[in-house]
Amino acid sequence: MQALWETHKTSLIAVGIAIVALLSSLVVVPESEQAVIIQAGRPDRVANRYVPDRPYGETGAGIVFRVPFYERVERIDKRVLSVDMEPQTVLSTDQLRLNVDAYARYRIIDPVTMVETAGTLAGVETQLAQILSSVVRQELGRRSFASLLAAERGTTMANIRTKLDAEARKYGAQVIDVRIARADLPDGTPLESAFNRMRTARAQEAATLRAQGQRNAQIIRAEAEAEAAKIYAAAYGKDPEFYDFYRAMQSYDTTFAPDSKSASTIILSPDNEYLRQFRGQR
Amino acid sequence: MNINDGMGRLLGMAAGKSPWGGSKGGNTGDGPPNGGGTGDRPPSEPADGGSSADKPSQDKPAGDKPKGPRNPWLPPAEEPRRSASIEDIFRNRGPEGPRRTGGGGPGFRLPDAPGGRSWFPYAVAGIAAIWLALSMVHQVGPKEEGIVTTFGKYSRTLTPGLNLTLPWPIQNVDIEQVSEFRVEQIPDGSAQKLMLTGDQNLVDLSYIVRWSIKDLKQFRFQLDEPQQTVRDVAEAAMRASVAQKDLNDVLSGSGRAAIEQNVTTRMQAILDAYRSGIAIQGVQIRKTDPPTEVEEAFKDVSAAQQDADAEINKAEAFAQQVLARAQGDAASFDKIYAEYRLAPEVTRQRLYYETMERVLRQNDKTIIEAPGVTPYLPLPEVQKRARPAEAQ
Repeated sequence: MQALWETHKTSLIAVGIAIVALLSSLVVVPESEQAVIIQAGRPDRVANRYVPDRPYGETGAGIVFRVPFYERVERIDKRVLSVDMEPQTVLSTDQLRLNVDAYARYRIIDPVTMVETAGTLAGVETQLAQILSSVVRQELGRRSFASLLAAERGTTMANIRTKLDAEARKYGAQVIDVRIARADLPDGTPLESAFNRMRTARAQEAATLRAQGQRNAQIIRAEAEAEAAKIYAAAYGKDPEFYDFYRAMQSYDTTFAPDSKSASTIILSPDNEYLRQFRGQR
Repeated sequence: MNINDGMGRLLGMAAGKSPWGGSKGGNTGDGPPNGGGTGDRPPSEPADGGSSADKPSQDKPAGDKPKGPRNPWLPPAEEPRRSASIEDIFRNRGPEGPRRTGGGGPGFRLPDAPGGRSWFPYAVAGIAAIWLALSMVHQVGPKEEGIVTTFGKYSRTLTPGLNLTLPWPIQNVDIEQVSEFRVEQIPDGSAQKLMLTGDQNLVDLSYIVRWSIKDLKQFRFQLDEPQQTVRDVAEAAMRASVAQKDLNDVLSGSGRAAIEQNVTTRMQAILDAYRSGIAIQGVQIRKTDPPTEVEEAFKDVSAAQQDADAEINKAEAFAQQVLARAQGDAASFDKIYAEYRLAPEVTRQRLYYETMERVLRQNDKTIIEAPGVTPYLPLPEVQKRARPAEAQ
């Protein structure tokens, strides 16, 4: 072993130096990144640039060569990135306030432009967030409150995206999508008045329900009584004269019953029908 | 750390003759060769993004290429590197961190290997074999898929089972659960999350989104923050769907089902537009409540509904009574009348007398005989007379 080292000393050292040189001139670019090779401060070429619909495995990812010390490699994310703007208050045309929180999704399609203008992704993001919030305020402020809520229905979101995209292109970025994540009533008066409106609406509903209950109950009672009258009429109408007699008898029973409230004293005249036989007259 | 110093002592103890005399040819001395941590780059190189430490270890493929004049032993290209790693292992063993060789603990001095050579090459070979085995054989579970990248470039997708790949610096494998559903709960806590409905009412809504990966390549390479993306898209889709419905629809079961369906399709469309490789398996609304601030009013509506129902029930009961009574009365009249028709006069007299008997038997009776005498009836007297009679 020792002898081997002694005999091949020079070649071994040469191999070692070659390996170091090779390693420092190779850069591994993964699928999720684009690499801008910068020659002495000037962007020269791009490896693994974003190309729509190119299947993975056929992209420019992998090993990229560069000249050590002369060329620098700037890595830029190739994936879909997000910009989240600070929630802000939008005033609708009918003077109602709404807190809107929106986000955008974008990707870098021109890394060279991006490196030249913004420099870093963080820089791009800061710029885009500012533009997004001003565009959102502009576009949404032109609408009534009700249509703010349903912003997706119209051209609003498309307008916002188009405007933001136009700005983003200056930084070598492409805006894929803009969405309103949240739309809330601001705390304080707007929220309270909404609560109040909900309360009164429900109170009205409750009152209506109770009144309807009463009404329906009345109708049910009346219908039952009408039905009963019909039954009575059908039965008693066969012979009104007998009914009169029969009902009178029932009535006497009820009226003079021992458990009635007041004791009764009945004064009979001798020529009462009941005492007809009592007098012995024929 | 001073590699030479440590090495020298170590080797001096292990074996007198060391094949790695003094300097270490290919060792650039930048960190451990494997183990995946980010190795510090030598200061001569500009940092270019700080990728995983696959640079220093690329001397393996480099070593495979026959470089320079006849080089009969391939391992030396990396054996010096092994030496660094071996020494790291020795030095960083034990609780006290880097070892002081002065201690000379037990087991530190290895016996000579057969043939009078040191154990060192065997240790190196063993570690190399373990490293190859670990980075070439990949077990992919039943619900998993793996992505193979060759120097960062996508090569293929591994299916469940045992898979072979080239060793680590060349090919890297990233295994991920794909078919198992992941669950996002929105909002996270139990805090109230109010959303505006189409009729400008507020509703407290919480829901869960179940999703899985349908295309691991896209999932890995397309999205910056997949989970956050799912959550963001869910929020936007839910907000938009709820804003198209009235409060009563949102609170009702059928309306909720429609919203769930709506959000699912919306989310899938958005995520497909991002080429995210995510499949939305379903959205479930866990609760839709009125805000706590107006809960009382909503409860009163339910109470009113109950009241109304109670009112109607009472009326129904009354109606049943009235009708039953009427039917009973009518039936008994019919019976009597049937008798009466058979013998009108007699029946009538009988009923009359029976009634009179009942009536008069139970009451005080005064019969005035003398005609022409206007009776003076002290009614209170009569009553007084009646009472003692009762008392007796």
